Amino acid sequence: MNSPDLSDQKAVDLSPEGTAKAGVILSSLVWIYNWSRSNSVWPLLFGWACCAIEMIGTAGSRHDIARFGAEVFRPSPRQSDLMIVSGTVTKKMAPQVVRIYNQMPEPKYVIAMGACAISGGPFKQGYNVLKGIDRYIPVDVYLPGCPPRPEALLHSLMTLQKQIKRQKSLGRTITNPAYGEGRRIYPVPELRGDDLFPPFNPEVWTPPAKNPNVEDGCPAGRKSV
Amino acid sequence: MSPVQTMPPRSYHIGKDDLGADILEVAMGPHHPSTHGVFRMDLKLDGETVVDLKPVFGYLHRNHEKIAEDITYPMSMPFTDRLDYLCGMTNNWAYALSAEKLIEIKVPERAEYIRVIVAELTRLVNHCLLIGFFVNDLGALGTPLLYALREREKILDLFEVLSGARMMVNYIRFGGVRCDPPDGWLKECQRIVDAFPAFLDEYETLLTENEIIIARAQNVGVVTREEAINFSLTGPMLRASGVNYDIRKVDRYGIYDRFDFKVPIGGHGDCYDRFMVRMLEMRQSVKILKQAIRDLPEGEIMGKAPKIFRPAPGEAYGRIEAPKGELGFYLISDGTPIPYRFKVRPPSFVNLTALRHMCLGHKVADAVIILGSIDIVLGEVDR
Ligand code: SF4
Repeated sequence: MNSPDLSDQKAVDLSPEGTAKAGVILSSLVWIYNWSRSNSVWPLLFGWACCAIEMIGTAGSRHDIARFGAEVFRPSPRQSDLMIVSGTVTKKMAPQVVRIYNQMPEPKYVIAMGACAISGGPFKQGYNVLKGIDRYIPVDVYLPGCPPRPEALLHSLMTLQKQIKRQKSLGRTITNPAYGEGRRIYPVPELRGDDLFPPFNPEVWTPPAKNPNVEDGCPAGRKSV
Repeated sequence: MSPVQTMPPRSYHIGKDDLGADILEVAMGPHHPSTHGVFRMDLKLDGETVVDLKPVFGYLHRNHEKIAEDITYPMSMPFTDRLDYLCGMTNNWAYALSAEKLIEIKVPERAEYIRVIVAELTRLVNHCLLIGFFVNDLGALGTPLLYALREREKILDLFEVLSGARMMVNYIRFGGVRCDPPDGWLKECQRIVDAFPAFLDEYETLLTENEIIIARAQNVGVVTREEAINFSLTGPMLRASGVNYDIRKVDRYGIYDRFDFKVPIGGHGDCYDRFMVRMLEMRQSVKILKQAIRDLPEGEIMGKAPKIFRPAPGEAYGRIEAPKGELGFYLISDGTPIPYRFKVRPPSFVNLTALRHMCLGHKVADAVIILGSIDIVLGEVDR
């Protein structure tokens, strides 16, 4: 499909006034396009750890993720839109996660499911645990919990759907990186010795300002392993 | 029976075949839907036949043991939930059992009964889910798993009412259990347990005499009796090979000597037997549950545990029959509130050692179901 080039326009506003201004046909097209995209998100079939069991539970009949159009779990990253990072990412695993992310076609989204994927969670002290997958790939929705309940996963999916519906345009614009040139590919970290190099990707994550009460991620005075 | 000392290596034709084709090396995993998590098999294939296999793990090494050596004994309890994340209750129990050996706490009667109830419920969850995954690996995508998930939700509701969490229960304490079952819990439990055999009948009608399962699983991944003992297999894997060894009967930990139940034994040691042993074990669990609910006495739920858990220098090994096999915790105390050594004996890791032996000579698709029939959980394998 030849999408109209909107790069010289302001992104389409979906409010009634905005649609009147931008032309009804084009904005309805955007709306239909985003509506269908948001209701057919195909997640990647991949479980990292305990949270994955709850992810499978969400696909089960009680919670039934099919109601939200996201039941088509695809084992191949090349066919999926959404990566649910469902569990602890270790330093050995992190390069593969980035590699899988790089293989996914645009537009692609990431849900960091569980405390482990967000920050290392209960295993944060561990010498082999990555302290948050957002150090290497951009995360769209953070879903706290250990493990998050299936209802929470559904809520995070709905949040993501809202974000998708809010994406502004069909064409390539700077407002939306998902429609930039090609697909977003991030450098794959390398496991050297006992640590990852680089320790984070400055494009997507910057270390927070030092908090005097916290040292090395642990409350001051409590030694980290 | 005397254990066999040496195992003759299986030999297969390795090298160029008649067509001059090379051996193909495939890394299956860590991202592969059939590896049950982040596990990798490095396969060497001659056509479709597996001629060599190397398991690679460590992708989920979360430093559980190292972290446990830095925190006090009770603080490790929530971490044990995350070992084998399908069976939080049995993990808790195994850890509590070894700690109770370390410091000699008497567990009250009522707590022992509640422990048995929750452990057997866990076994039901684990086995029905495992069979769902196993059939999933065989190609029945989804449907049997959905049946299993339906039953799992019912039991997880019980756990949630009891402990506040669905999976990471953190319920069993040194010397007892955390809280008494609320009003109506037992009745609900009784109702679910009574309805469970109907589900098993339904499951068995669909699966046990299914032509495809018989064709795919029988005579695949055979482990003989001697080999099973040599590999230190435990749990349903060992019993499927015809060895009558169930720690519930051998050790009689807790109050298992009071219940009347049988231990299902397989005869061939193939994937089908491992599947059937689990099917039958679920029926025995239902039997134990009915007796335990009937006999549950009134009384205390916590024994006299010291406020600060500071064992005398010494060591203890407590083991239970977890759904996957022998789960043991080995603790060494140096007299401080922090363990000097904290070692887990994970059943699925030890059972995994037989993987190469079972897969050699079979096709790639069989390697998938052999791995499925071992019942591994990577949280426990890598810790
Ligand atoms: S957040 Fe909790 S449940 Fe999820 S992977 Fe981490 S430890 Fe497991």
